[in-house]
This record gives sequence, structure tokens and C-alpha cells, in this order.
Amino acid sequence: MKVALFVPCFVNALYPEVGEASYKLLTSLGLDVDYPLEQTCCGQPMGNAGYEKDAEPLAERMEALFAEYDYVVGPSASCVSFVREAYPRLSHHKEGHECLSSRIYEICEFLHDVVKPTSLKARFPHKVSIHNSCHGVRLMGLSAPSEQNIPYYSKLRNLLSLVEGVEVVEPERRDECCGFGGLFSIEESAVSARMGHDKVQRHIATGAEFITGADSSCLMHMQGVIEREKLPIRTKHIVEILTAEE
Amino acid sequence: MSSHSIKAKAFLKNEARASWHDKALYAVREKRDKQAYALPEWEELRGAASAIKEHTLSHLAFYLEEFERNATANGIKVHWAETGEEMNDIVAQIIAARGAKHLVKSKSMLAEECHLAPYLEEHGVEVVESDLGERIVQLMHCAPSHIVLPAIHIKREEVGELFERELSTEHGNSDPTYLTHEARKHLREKFLAADVSMTGVNFAIASEGAFAVCTNEGNADMGTSFTDTHIAIMGLEKVIPDMASLGVFTRLLARSATGQPITTYTSIYRKPEEGKEIHVIIVDNGRTKSLADEEHRNMLKCMRCGACMNTCPVYRRTGGYSYSYFIPGPLGINLGMLRSPEAYGGNVSGCSLCYSCSGVCPAKVDLAEQIYKWRQQMSPLGVADNKKKLMVKAMNLLMRNPRLFNTALAVVPYVPRLIYNNSINPWYASGREMPHFAAKSFRVLWREGEVGKEEKR
Repeated sequence: MKVALFVPCFVNALYPEVGEASYKLLTSLGLDVDYPLEQTCCGQPMGNAGYEKDAEPLAERMEALFAEYDYVVGPSASCVSFVREAYPRLSHHKEGHECLSSRIYEICEFLHDVVKPTSLKARFPHKVSIHNSCHGVRLMGLSAPSEQNIPYYSKLRNLLSLVEGVEVVEPERRDECCGFGGLFSIEESAVSARMGHDKVQRHIATGAEFITGADSSCLMHMQGVIEREKLPIRTKHIVEILTAEE
Repeated sequence: MSSHSIKAKAFLKNEARASWHDKALYAVREKRDKQAYALPEWEELRGAASAIKEHTLSHLAFYLEEFERNATANGIKVHWAETGEEMNDIVAQIIAARGAKHLVKSKSMLAEECHLAPYLEEHGVEVVESDLGERIVQLMHCAPSHIVLPAIHIKREEVGELFERELSTEHGNSDPTYLTHEARKHLREKFLAADVSMTGVNFAIASEGAFAVCTNEGNADMGTSFTDTHIAIMGLEKVIPDMASLGVFTRLLARSATGQPITTYTSIYRKPEEGKEIHVIIVDNGRTKSLADEEHRNMLKCMRCGACMNTCPVYRRTGGYSYSYFIPGPLGINLGMLRSPEAYGGNVSGCSLCYSCSGVCPAKVDLAEQIYKWRQQMSPLGVADNKKKLMVKAMNLLMRNPRLFNTALAVVPYVPRLIYNNSINPWYASGREMPHFAAKSFRVLWREGEVGKEEKR
């Protein structure tokens, strides 16, 4: 099984440690992991801003870069769900290869549904509050959306249960948006920042030391609020906890 | 900047009020959740409602004509109006033919849509809103800020002051029970003086030629009981096939809207009492155009419960008036665009694409997906924001050229933070620090063989 790591543009630039932890996590489970070098952006920001068509060349490149792999795995629910939803409209998959949208997974989803590890070598003796990101929950099904009357489940919680010593909580309004939303955070900066502030406050109210989740973009947004307001909590991508050896 | 973002920023200046507004509406969402979780078949019900609407909308002429036929046989007078102006005219004519001067009406978003009240007032007819919230906003000379809870943005102290001014209530008394009793007395006089009543229509039942009106205050029933002439106005998407369908919708409507199992009053009007008249006006006003629009016809499934507003994190924090269309929130963003992209394009930015509205909608209207689609139309329709266009262009340039992108990532860690982490940057100005660029990107670490080094050892 050939697995390629998809490291979204901003993760590449801002959070290389998330890419490193993703690699570590996948290889620790015996997977053969490669990283095609010429990755930039999947095109989601253009799509959400109303310029999905502009993402066509990016989609074509992603299809070409990842054509040879059985699975493409990335540490960002939002980017992966864009590839899944929009690429069938945007790109022509390479002859002899299935469309990328059918082979791409968010890393927690991939572990939970495909690899299905029964144990992890990880220890993280801290209290963490799960950030249920909108696209992770509502477009990808990482957990049960609170609006819907379906039995509660959380793939993130299930994976965290394999980590020694970690205490897992969820905030009040467990899957309310943190307000990032791509260019929304700039165009509607006032309400975006307010949503971020409110979200961080609810995470803090759980008594957690860390906010963790499967979307680096939400974590980036909340970290911006935390640093500005000097709040007593930190963000950490879930792959860093799933590989922690404290 | 979009019109929504400007007004949102102004609304958010008053932090305490924005918090209060957010909490008041989230409480309604929580009440709704409680009801939704209590029905094991909730998701199936949503599916059924959506399927019934799908079916009805694809056989719309059939059901509307069936409704007309059966209603007419019941003695109801059915009128058709292609536009809002036509509807207003028909209403005015019915009122004038009776020499009437006082109309008492219950809540109708269609009346707001067609600007009925100002039109009638111009024609010398007194229009009294009988729903308490609607009466409050009417006395304040402002528009509803929510489709189900029109005065949700007004605090009780403000209602106290308003009633003191308008209804001569006690000075400084803003006790809700007291104010409600005073409103009741005031409205009782209006009901007695009214000669024509108006209601909206929640559901028009084709097989029965009857229509259902749902209220919590009984104000619609009071109006129609006191007056000899009852005018009901409905958008043509309000028709449903039969009583069994009605059962699906009444189970969903109040649970979704206010978290009640059913509205206090669910009245079905079938035929006028002897000596009385019922008129139903079926209004198009752009709806058939929406029906022809494959991407957006789902909007016609909406039953106007307002659940999408209560769950919308943007609406709750920015208030109904930050949207330029008379219906706010995810519903209003979409309906406004169907009405006029030129006039209401400024609302489309007011969405973080969290998709909660699509999940909460009892008719499974894909509200967020449609907002996404509208965003794709902004530039072709010529209503896109130029600054945003420029930002996307810059991103395109960077992201389509891996070499340029990688060079930028190599340089940016050495750029002093002050250059981008300052108040000219809206990200920073609105209360967030910019993220920190890594000294070495993941790509560089990978190329240098740093990734997984420990494990390889």
C-alpha cells in the first residue's frame, strides 16, 4: 500500500511539526509513506471565496502529483473535504488512476476507518478539549453533528482513547464554528474574531490545557486569539498528541 | 467591504448586547435540539418533509389547481397574483369593496416581502399587527429582525419604554407579564374595531381545499373570528398534497422553530361561516423563476421555521439588521440573491460555511451549499468585491507556481513580523495575532532528510 502525505500549503509553511507527526504516525503503523515535493495549495480558499474555477490548475496538479498512490492522507479535514467535493467538477483524473477525490483521506479518518489500529505508542498526560471543526463534522463525518438526531460518535475521541494518560473533554456548543472560514476571516473580520474569541472561551471553560483537532486552520485561528488575549490554553494538532511520548 | 460586514462590525461594537443576542437565540436552538432528540424518527421526518416538498414542487400546477378547485367548492374565493403589486391590489380591492378601514393581521412574511402594510396605509387603511412581537416592531416603526421572533433584538426595558409612550403603561415597569397583559388589552380593542382580518398560510392542503395557520398567541384565530372577511395570503410553494403530509410538517414546524412539540394554535380553515367570506390569494412574486433555477429551487421547500437563523453563528452575533434583505440569516442570504443579486449581494459574505443550517433545516434545504454556489456567481454577476478578487489573484499566482511559493516560504520567516502583524491587517486589527512562519517549511525539512530521522535511526 503506497501512501502519500498531503501537507496543505499553510501547514507546510506554519506547522511543519504537524507534517512530521503525520509522517511519524503513519510510518509507526507500518505504512510506506512518501511526500511528493511540488505541493502547494488544494484550492479551497479560492473555492470558498467564490472562485472555485481558479482552482482548476491546482486540482490538475494535485491529480498528477498523487496519481501513483493508493491513498493520499492529509492532516486537514477542511482541505481534504474540498478535494473530495470539488475535484470531480474541477479536474480530469489521470488515465488508469481513480480520481483523487476517491483516494484522499483526512488522517484521523484514514486511521479510524482504514488502518484501524488497536493501540498506539503514545502518552500525553494532559487534559485536552476536542475542537470539532465544521467541515470535519458536517462534510466528513468525523463526529455526529449536534443538529442531527443520530447517536453520538467521535472518531477523534476514539483515536485519543488509544493515548495513555490523556483526559478528553468537549466544550459547550461542541461543534459551533470557530469563525475561521478562509477569506471569511478577513472579509468579515469582526464577526470572525468574535466567533474565535467565544470558541476559545468555551474551550477554556472545560479546564483543558490544550485545544486539539483535525483542522490546523481552526487551530491557527484560535491560536491567534489566544496569543492576542494571552489566554491560558494552547492549540495542538491531534497528530501531535497521537504521537506524543511524554 | 460587504454591506453585511460593515453592519456586523457596528453591531459587534456593543459586546454585551451581541452576547445577549447570541445567547437568546442559541437558547432557542437548544430547545429545538431537545425536541429533535426526543423523536427517534426525527431524521426520517426531515427526509419525508423534503421528499413531499420535492414531489409537490415538481407537480406544482397540479396541486395548486386541486387546491383551488376544492377551496372554491368549499366556498373560499381564490385569487392569483403574479407579483407583489398584484397581491396588494387585490387586498386593497377586497377591503375597499366592503368599505372597510381597519385590518388586523397576524404574522406573514409574504406581507413583508410585498410591502403590503405601507401600501394599505397609503390607501387609508389602518393595519394592525396582532402578533405581539410584530406589534412591538410596528409600534417602533422598524422591521422584524427574525422571521419567527420579530422582536428578539429588543430588550424588555425597551418594550417597557415603548409601551409607556404608546400605550400609557406604568412608568419604569418592564415586567414581561405586566407588559403582555397591557398589550393584550390594547390588542383586544383593535380586534373589536377591525372589519377585515388577514393571515398568512403555513400550509395549503390541496386535497381538502383548506389551509393551516399556526400561531402561539391565537391572534390569527381572534382576528378571523371577530371579522366577517378573512384574507389569507400565500406564496405558491405553500401547497402540500394532503392531511397526511400536513402531519409531517406540523410535527417539524414548531419543534424546529421554537422547540415546542406543536404551536399552541394550529387552525385549519376549510370554509367560511355563514355570512362570512374567506379569500385566499396565491402569490408568485418570483417563485416560478426560482422553481426554474435548478441550483436554487430547493429554497421553495422552506417552511419558514427560522431554525437556520438560530443555529447560524454569524446571524446570532450580528443581528437581523446586518443583512440588507428583509429576511436575515442563511435563508435571507439565499432568498435575497434569488430576488436581486445587485441589491442583496452584500449579504453573501455573512457565512463561514459551517453548514450547520443545512443540518438543522427540517426540510433539508441545502442552505450552505447554495451560499457556496452563490459565491461562485458573484463575479459572473458583476457583484463581486474587488479587494477579494485581488487577494484571490495573488493566491493564484503564488499557488500555481511551486517555485515562487517555495521561495516565498524561504524568505517570509526573515520578514519582520511588524510588517504584517499590525493594525492595517484586518486579521490583526480585529483581535488576532498572525501565525508564526516556521524557519524551515515541511518541504525543506523533508528535502534535508529531517523528517522521520529519529525513527530511521
